[in-house]
Amino acid sequence: MIQFTPSTEVDFVIIGSGAAGGIMAKQLSTAGFKVVVLEQGGWGKYGHEQDYTKDEYLNDNATGDDQLMTDPAKQPNTFRRNANEKAVPGVHSYGCVVGGGTVTYGGSSWRHLPWEFNEATTVGAVPGTGLADWPITYEELEPYYTQAEWEMGISGQKLNNPNVAPMTKDYPVPPVPMKASGALMRMGASKLGLEVIPGPLAIITKPYQGRSACVNCSSCSGFGCHVKARSSSAVAMIPLAEKTGNCEIRVRSYVREISVDNNGRCTGVVYFDKDRKEIFQKAKAVILSANGSETPRLLLLSKSARFPDGLANSSGVVGKYLMLGGGAGASGLFEHPLNDYKGVVTGAAIVDFVKTDPKRGFYGGGRMTARGFDTPINYALRGLQPGSPRWGSAYKKALMAEANHKMTVSCFVTQLPLETNRVDLDPDVKDAWGLPAMRITSTSHPDDFKAMEFFRQKSLEILQAAGATKVWAGPVNDSRGSAHNRGTCRMGNDPKASVVNKFHRAHDVPNLFIIDGSNLVTGGRNHPTMTIQALAFRAADNIIKAAKTGQITRL
Amino acid sequence: MSTGSRSRREFLLNSAAGLSAAWVTANYAGILEAAAYAQQSPAAGPSAALAFFRPEQAAEVEAMAAQIIPTDDTPGAREARVINFIDRALTTFEKDRQNDYTQGLRELETQTKQLFPSATKFSALTSPQQIQVLTAMEKSKFFELVRTHTITGFFASPAHGGNYNKIGWKLVSYDDSMKFQPPFGYYDALPQFRQ
Repeated sequence: MIQFTPSTEVDFVIIGSGAAGGIMAKQLSTAGFKVVVLEQGGWGKYGHEQDYTKDEYLNDNATGDDQLMTDPAKQPNTFRRNANEKAVPGVHSYGCVVGGGTVTYGGSSWRHLPWEFNEATTVGAVPGTGLADWPITYEELEPYYTQAEWEMGISGQKLNNPNVAPMTKDYPVPPVPMKASGALMRMGASKLGLEVIPGPLAIITKPYQGRSACVNCSSCSGFGCHVKARSSSAVAMIPLAEKTGNCEIRVRSYVREISVDNNGRCTGVVYFDKDRKEIFQKAKAVILSANGSETPRLLLLSKSARFPDGLANSSGVVGKYLMLGGGAGASGLFEHPLNDYKGVVTGAAIVDFVKTDPKRGFYGGGRMTARGFDTPINYALRGLQPGSPRWGSAYKKALMAEANHKMTVSCFVTQLPLETNRVDLDPDVKDAWGLPAMRITSTSHPDDFKAMEFFRQKSLEILQAAGATKVWAGPVNDSRGSAHNRGTCRMGNDPKASVVNKFHRAHDVPNLFIIDGSNLVTGGRNHPTMTIQALAFRAADNIIKAAKTGQITRL
Repeated sequence: MSTGSRSRREFLLNSAAGLSAAWVTANYAGILEAAAYAQQSPAAGPSAALAFFRPEQAAEVEAMAAQIIPTDDTPGAREARVINFIDRALTTFEKDRQNDYTQGLRELETQTKQLFPSATKFSALTSPQQIQVLTAMEKSKFFELVRTHTITGFFASPAHGGNYNKIGWKLVSYDDSMKFQPPFGYYDALPQFRQ
């Protein structure tokens, strides 16, 4: 594999190799540009069928090459609901490996619906929020959704359904098989006049592009896929990028600053290598794809005389309008065994309530998904219904009785973009490199709570209609951290109210491009990855055009 | 046993009873298999040499684990060799918890002596007495840690020393096979879903 010396000025340095970074690496290197990808994690040890074991404990305690998620001891974060509170240790964690969060995610691959790009106009403003229209339309993005679905490898079924985004082309492979939890959801839904549809997933169901089909093993969400059926950036994009001979993936590279010159242009980035040595990688342009929480943090860390409030932050918007996403759900017990430990996490969904319905009296919507048994340790530690015994014979009997009879309806719900919900730098806590830790300030809008409560009730209704012998649902609550963080470097036409333009170029810095969940103006129904991937393919097209016509320079 | 703990346990036992009948029918083979493994195994309990615990410490921790997941009509923490898991965890992934055990075992001793002044050690108490001691300390950090480790060891891959013969997995009818074909369970196999 090619290796560049840091003093070599490469065309692009890309920060992050996840949903967006992996695509940018593949697209830019394929177009002939010299690219260095700086990834804070390692390569991740998975995808080796011969080592295939169901090792939840190792996965939860992974270090070194086994590690797939951030280590909170090294990368602490803090959380508070509002600016008057003192932040307390947070729970925010995300993918930290080549491929980022796409290595371990459930794989849900829903497109934003056409009207999600202009809800501020179609639904109307929601007072006190930053709900805004996107500077692009669904029609502009549609070809890139198709491209992403076919290049990544998404399974699903093209449906003629007003609550699903219209597609010009079907998915490359058919949907995953329905599980018992999906069948139960369908039994409940049909009694309530609702429909259950197969959800699109970044999990291939037939051999595709040299990768194996899903074997329904069940070590799925949270694990690296042992047969590489999950269509992550790591297996679908990075190998192609490396094959061009133009792209170096430099792992264990923890970026601390994007550097600028006196003209306010990026010159490269400073990072700590695996031995904590500071290295400056020179580049003509910088692509920032570190995710919706680390991207704004890095911009805020990149202060200079010219950019005293952080890089690309003349608007003051960097880090604001954070959306962690809403969640709600309910669980129920059923008479017969589900065996839901087989197969992917979820493949069945109800999309009837995806749209904001003024009759419900609040902004918001979401999708409901059917899920069964989680993994044994997680189930035994936390999976029993509230009030269950926690140890002893009664605990053991409850564990045995419920394990294979439980399902959960898990809902993915809107969170409105609020200026006060944000990522910034904690004044006290430092990470293992001595840099200010991420501080998350977030509380949901009253409409978000109403939406979550609506879905909580609907989940209970569906389980009851499906014939559950017992149902329960915890209270709805604010999210404190999430791998779905979005909105913190929003895209827009107005440099005073947004961070990047519609082509992902920072308004303030002509050779800085930001492409990841941070650009999302509205969060979708808390399923962001497909849209991030489509945006990345679109951004890459435009960046390649601009670079080839001399519109990206350091001068 | 205190009145409080008795009523709590009985209440919850009753609430689980309705389901266990259905479960036992569906998983009877698995239970028998797990029980057979446990009976055949002369080494139920610590078998490998322990790296962290002294034998008398191991006996105390194992007695706690055996109350958290007891041996009743099905195998428990003892047969699953959870003590091996905890010992190994404390010398590998969770080295930083060693002190919590050293400290915690002193708490256990104090609690034991407080309730049963003539007792020499927790593991020598009768089962109801042990439950009384653990009920008194179930809000403590140490109990929570042993609970987490017992459950984790019972359900972690056998590669980590516990879940001997996959006893834990069998009890929750978890199958660690590599591949599965649909239909997976009872409901998706119903005729209306199989076209």
